[in-house]
Amino acid sequence: MFGRPNLYTAYRQEIRMLPTWTQRSLFAVFMAVLFLLPFDLPVISHIPVVRFLGDGEWLRPMALVMVLAIAALGLNLLSGLAGQVSLGHAFFMGVGACAAVYLGGSSGETTWGHSLPIWIWLPGAGLTAALVGVIVSPVAVRLRGLYLAIVTLGLVFLGIHFGNTSWGRRIAGPPALGREFQGLDIRLWKEEKPLINVGGDGHWLWFDVSDGQKRYLFLLVVTILMAVVAKNLTRTRTGRALQAIRDRDIAAEVMGVPEFRYKLMAFAVSSFFAGLSGALFAALSQRLLATDFGLFLSVEFIAILLIGGAGTTAGPLIGTFFVVMVPQFVEAFTEWLEDAEGGLFGALSELVLTEGGDFGIINTAIQTPGWTLSVFDWNIVLFGALIVVFLIVEPLGLFGIWVRIRNYWKRWPFSY
Amino acid sequence: MAAALRLEAVDPRRNAPLAFLTGLVGAALVFGAVQLANDPGLFLQTFMKSMGLGSTYALIALGFVLIFKATQTVNFAQGALAATGALFLSFLATDGNIPFTSVSNPINSLGGPGWMSWGLNVIVALAFAAAVGLVVERLAIRPMIGEPLFSVAVITLGLEIMFRVFNNDAVEVEFRPLGVPWLANGFKVGDRLINWSFIAAMVTAAAAFVAVYFFYRSRLGIAMRAVAFDQEAAMAQGVSVGRVFAIAWAAGAVLAAVGGIFATQPPVAQTLSVDQETANIAFRALPAVILGGLDSASGALLGGLIVGVAEIYAGQYAAGNVSWLGAGYPLIVPYIVMIIGLLIRPYGLFGTPEIRRV
Repeated sequence: MFGRPNLYTAYRQEIRMLPTWTQRSLFAVFMAVLFLLPFDLPVISHIPVVRFLGDGEWLRPMALVMVLAIAALGLNLLSGLAGQVSLGHAFFMGVGACAAVYLGGSSGETTWGHSLPIWIWLPGAGLTAALVGVIVSPVAVRLRGLYLAIVTLGLVFLGIHFGNTSWGRRIAGPPALGREFQGLDIRLWKEEKPLINVGGDGHWLWFDVSDGQKRYLFLLVVTILMAVVAKNLTRTRTGRALQAIRDRDIAAEVMGVPEFRYKLMAFAVSSFFAGLSGALFAALSQRLLATDFGLFLSVEFIAILLIGGAGTTAGPLIGTFFVVMVPQFVEAFTEWLEDAEGGLFGALSELVLTEGGDFGIINTAIQTPGWTLSVFDWNIVLFGALIVVFLIVEPLGLFGIWVRIRNYWKRWPFSY
Repeated sequence: MAAALRLEAVDPRRNAPLAFLTGLVGAALVFGAVQLANDPGLFLQTFMKSMGLGSTYALIALGFVLIFKATQTVNFAQGALAATGALFLSFLATDGNIPFTSVSNPINSLGGPGWMSWGLNVIVALAFAAAVGLVVERLAIRPMIGEPLFSVAVITLGLEIMFRVFNNDAVEVEFRPLGVPWLANGFKVGDRLINWSFIAAMVTAAAAFVAVYFFYRSRLGIAMRAVAFDQEAAMAQGVSVGRVFAIAWAAGAVLAAVGGIFATQPPVAQTLSVDQETANIAFRALPAVILGGLDSASGALLGGLIVGVAEIYAGQYAAGNVSWLGAGYPLIVPYIVMIIGLLIRPYGLFGTPEIRRV
């Protein structure tokens, strides 16, 4: 039943998504847990971490993980697979978000909008971003390496600037405030009563379902769909062509891989993913803010790829979970530490936390004067430090660590 | 018929952008001549302003180029280093303390004219900036010798984020004045004011470029060029690659700090003090680096000046016609210039095209 791990007798077998029965069954269990995670079910919710993540307030970060994972998958196609490093991913996300708000938002005195249903604005956002990607790519395809990174970085600044022009404000709203956007409800057309109400609490069959749970399920379905698309792109002709271009572009062209066409395609597809993710990002935060799509977000995606492991489909997913969740964990831990009394954690609390005045490095006061930083600031520092440490210590990322562990046990007792 | 065929044989992709550029430059020259005839005072003021801005960009760009030539990677933390250097000057000159301590700065009690002690403070601040550059290089860049170049660039991005947090939140840079002796003063030509800071930026940039010119001809400079050419071969010839890295980072940090000091003065900013915007000067100067070519010092100078001229002249003369570009549109002019430039020369004006092997 288990077969031999690395024995493939047919090519089709080797490029399968899940080649072995072990992987298939583990994947099925994982999927079941993911879908049942938000509900308080007897067996599932007794798995420790699962109960924790499925808890009401943790559903929101989980939703954010899934939204950003879509964009990370897109960037992985461009940077991890085709080797074109882009710092402009946040720009394409912003384009997608603006397109979504333009199509799906309501029009007002100072804003443009068409109030179209989700099945138009969601693909529309992706297609608009893809179109912009295609427009940009003639410049981008000519550039290599760091030149490309810097030009795409320029896109981010251009995007934020245009979000602040007189016509940009009609789409993205006033600069510091942003524009409200509620649109996850699924409608057939512009009717009052939505077909499926994702925005509010509801009742399905004989269960009560909260809005957070609905949003989680909706995003989970979209993310799985996009992950399958990404995986299929990777393991078929297109993916092999992109990898050939990444590894030796001239050799690839000599072997009959049209470089320009595939690079253009990589840009378009990765922008499509980014646009979709941007639209969902705006819908999830119920607000579009042009300055959200800045350099920091772009760097976050690069960090996601590096920490997760570029060039794999699982890498960006693990990376997004890690990059989004670690700051949340640190925050929650600090909050919990504040109330800790006595014992080891009490001593730790005394040592680390401060409200100014006494010794400590994390400032929990609302105002943080002087040299101590708040948890939020420490999280940003931690983020920067994680990038540096991962690159120096484990360039293959979390996925690389997993592969090493797996290989160790695969060869056990002869592993060395 | 034959002539038409021959015309088609010329690769249109090479000639169309060149013709476009020639047209653009020609139109700009005609426009400049008309404006010069109209109002010479305004034109001169704009010119000096653009040269001041261009020199500031060129200084920052030179820092990028020095680090790129030695380590083959773009230092994205340049902006944070610029802000840090300017902060050190603010600590020394305005707070009057040695940074991170409450010991009062001995330079300020030396006596003598104000500009002299300020100049000494600048030198000490630059030394601090160089030390920061050395520490960063030793801790984060040296372990990465031999790793993919992009990884190193991303490490500098991580450093930029960390530095910014410390600058913005721990030090809380809210308009810390630098105590620049010439303030926002200047001299008048006709009835147009030309700031001293424009002149200072030009003189500093000229000095920096002359220094780098001679440095590249010194023993160490030759070692640096050897490392830039082929790291392994240089190592085999007995060049200490680590020392070259260290010197490049120290010099890059110093140039960044100088650029940071000028980034608080007109024409870049009017505040004469360090704030959260100061760190953005590096991202504003990036188009200059790319336009000139990442590995060319003369490219940095030319790129900086071109970008500065484009930004200031567009801000001065095009204001009425481009309202759809929004307020503050001069800030995006460098990026547009960069993209046009890259369409024509993908490696910048003086950059070395990468030789690719199958």
